[in-house]
Amino acid sequence: MDGSIIGGLAVVFLAAVITNNILLTRFLGMCSFIAISRSMRNAWYMGLAVVFVTVCTALINYAIYFGVLVEGAPLLQTDLTYLTFIIFIATIAAFVQLVEMVIERFSSRLYNALGIYLPLITVNCAILGVNLFMIEPDMDISLIQSTIYALGSGLGFLLAICLMAGLRSKLEAADVPAPLRGLGITMIITGLMAMAFMGFTGMVQQ
Amino acid sequence: MGIKNACSGCGTKEWVQPVKDGIGSENPVLRHALGICSALAVTGFVSTTLVMGASLLFVASMSCLLVSLMRNLIPHQVRLIAQMLIVSTLVIIVHLYLQAYHFEMSRSLGPYVGLIITNCLILGRTEAFAIRNRPLASLLDGFGSALGYAVVLLGIAVIRESLGRGTLLGYPVMPEGYMPVMLLASAPGAFFALGAVAWIVKAISGNAEAAGGCCASSVGSNGQGGV
Repeated sequence: MDGSIIGGLAVVFLAAVITNNILLTRFLGMCSFIAISRSMRNAWYMGLAVVFVTVCTALINYAIYFGVLVEGAPLLQTDLTYLTFIIFIATIAAFVQLVEMVIERFSSRLYNALGIYLPLITVNCAILGVNLFMIEPDMDISLIQSTIYALGSGLGFLLAICLMAGLRSKLEAADVPAPLRGLGITMIITGLMAMAFMGFTGMVQQ
Repeated sequence: MGIKNACSGCGTKEWVQPVKDGIGSENPVLRHALGICSALAVTGFVSTTLVMGASLLFVASMSCLLVSLMRNLIPHQVRLIAQMLIVSTLVIIVHLYLQAYHFEMSRSLGPYVGLIITNCLILGRTEAFAIRNRPLASLLDGFGSALGYAVVLLGIAVIRESLGRGTLLGYPVMPEGYMPVMLLASAPGAFFALGAVAWIVKAISGNAEAAGGCCASSVGSNGQGGV
């Protein structure tokens, strides 16, 4: 592997974590972001689960999409791309179920920590979002690049949800006007955070 | 989230009530923080918001109807996967329709059409209501929630496009020499706009509730009250 390839991968990674943060610029995964970011511990576990599931499902779905669904794919010659959505969501749901069963079997401690978050992950739009952005025609990425992209996006989600959990624990002591509590103040803080992340724009040359 | 009672008699009042609740007191976006992702992502332009709202109305009402029709056939353990398959089939229909007849729109919405599948509003309604209620009541419930979603989105989109770009549906609406607020058109602006709308609606509906109930039209006018 020569330098330019590693450099290219670093660009994909940094862009996914910071400048194109899946949560702050693409607005995906907001539901679990709002629901889970009340405590730092839960945010950390949820973020880790998202990183793991995103990377694994991106790998599986990349193989299915370019191996079976696309026109002229090695396995079937017909164009099956209209099945993309249903296959992707079925892969994610099945994978999450599988992980849940494996964790339950081998580590009850991890199961107790992660257990309740795993079903939530199926409907976390960040994961389906990463899978769908990966196959956008203008992305045109290889298997390694898409793995790095999925890893970066997952870590970006982890970063944002942990930052938010830290901010919200400070917020509990703050005197927020009553109508602004809940959704209002959370959105405004997230907006400020997105502005801070916008400051990195230009650091990564696409 | 609140689980509403089944509509048993289905007179005119029971027909209107779920729709009214969906827009007002049970509004999915502002009250339950459901479907936030697309509420932020597609509201940069009024045109994309209209298409998104219409798509969600179709998918939400039809998936509530279908889940309710099949509720006695779906085993409890696999109900989530069954619901997701129903929803994604409907989303594929919308996606293919947009690609065939509105190709430019389909390009500009990109993956966000596919992301209707994971819009928590739909799974929230099918899981909380349609899975144990009659078809007609479920259809109205899904329709009402989706309508509430569409109204809030439209309010945010009107604010963001008119102030952030000086246009509405692509036509200039602001006076000559108006300097667009670039912030509102960008990503952080989406968060600020939604936060502001949630704030204003809560402030006003808090007073209205004290005075006896929040009416359906209040959300729509409040959405534009933010301007």
